[in-house]
Amino acid sequence: MMRVRFWGTRGSLPVALTADGVRHKLRRALQSARGRALDDDGAIEQLLDELPFAVRGTYGGHSSCVQIDSGEPELIVCDMGSGLRAFGQALMAARQGTGRTIHIFQSHLHWDHIMGLPFFVPAFIPGNRIVIHGCHAELEAALRRQQDAPSFPVDFSIFGAELQFDVMQPGQVVQVGGVRVSAMLQRHTGDSYAYRFEHGGRAVVYSTDSEHPLADPAHTQRFVEFFQGADLVVFDGMYSLADAISVKADWGHSSNVVGVELCQLAGVRHLCLYHHEPVADDDALDALLAETRRLEQITRSGEPLQISAAYDGLDIRL
Amino acid sequence: MPIETRTLAEVLLVRPAGRIDHASSAGFEAALAPLVAAIGPTGRLVLDFSRIDYISSVGLRVLMVASRQLRERQRPLVVAALQPVVAEIFAISRFDKVLTLAPSVAAALEGASDEARAAWAASAASAGGAPESGPGAA
Repeated sequence: MMRVRFWGTRGSLPVALTADGVRHKLRRALQSARGRALDDDGAIEQLLDELPFAVRGTYGGHSSCVQIDSGEPELIVCDMGSGLRAFGQALMAARQGTGRTIHIFQSHLHWDHIMGLPFFVPAFIPGNRIVIHGCHAELEAALRRQQDAPSFPVDFSIFGAELQFDVMQPGQVVQVGGVRVSAMLQRHTGDSYAYRFEHGGRAVVYSTDSEHPLADPAHTQRFVEFFQGADLVVFDGMYSLADAISVKADWGHSSNVVGVELCQLAGVRHLCLYHHEPVADDDALDALLAETRRLEQITRSGEPLQISAAYDGLDIRL
Repeated sequence: MPIETRTLAEVLLVRPAGRIDHASSAGFEAALAPLVAAIGPTGRLVLDFSRIDYISSVGLRVLMVASRQLRERQRPLVVAALQPVVAEIFAISRFDKVLTLAPSVAAALEGASDEARAAWAASAASAGGAPESGPGAA
């Protein structure tokens, strides 16, 4: 079995729920409770379960960080956005943050995908080994520069763990325990890379910060082959299709529409929308999910494609 | 992909049929490009989508390119008579926000000349009064 755990799902910049946002949720929840008997906790739980996710929860605000959990002792994470801090804290709280080897696969080196490293507690602990994989030649230099003065108070010398860097080539296969990992070039300013993780007959693709030029059939075919038969594709659905090919063309991101199409062409089982637009509030992301499910329904020609929208704390078991 | 065209005074009415998907969009683009180029300084382009039952992102991109080219020449493009499923695809992709849509060809001709609207009304009447069933290929 594989588990995919989302520690950070927001694109470009972390965001936080505001006091007004909480009040809005409370107002809607209380409106939903009018006329209902809520004398016991069971009734309250039932009401909460019936509320839309945007009312009873939040998609969250950490930037990109996703754990690919195969059950192997060596841990795997995609990207070091601000969600990496939450991942590290969860490891420490579970007393699993020492004596570990943690493999991190970097889609690219933009700020929102690396800002979590200086706050990743396991990196400070002697005896841990952090192996940072990526296809950018500047992998190590970019991470060191992030902590150089005057941008950050402490440099790499503060880390107690052993840090290693592995510059991969697209198409090269890296084996992490029983997990087979391969990378593919994507279109994004400065390049980005998708990763495919295979273990025990299951496959997960992590494809974020990726723009899809629709007039290039060879590009589409390359992605269809990389996504082929995956159990889960984590996909950059940051913009609407109209924005992605007009006012935000060449900004390096994609849309829910292209995500559905590529996954349908590739026979994927589950599409998870990811790298959410920071401007989108919880209501907007609920609507995005509903619309994307509807699109899948009206364009389906084969097996159904399950659709999710990632949120901080989502746990998908394959 | 079969595409019918008809000239209604200054309006070029283009009527494709079938699915505009990854397999057919290149043909749609190749057929539409010379029609867009042929729109004169007072011309208007109306796409009658009443016989389109699916459009993918690749097909929507073709519409975006055509719209951009005509906008640069200050000429209008209207997409008319979308089937319900296609209208949903336009809404989900937000193409309903960036293209001009009309519920029918008659509605798409509201800004056109009296001559164009009269030509459409006459052709609709001769086709038995069905408002969106225009004449055959020009």
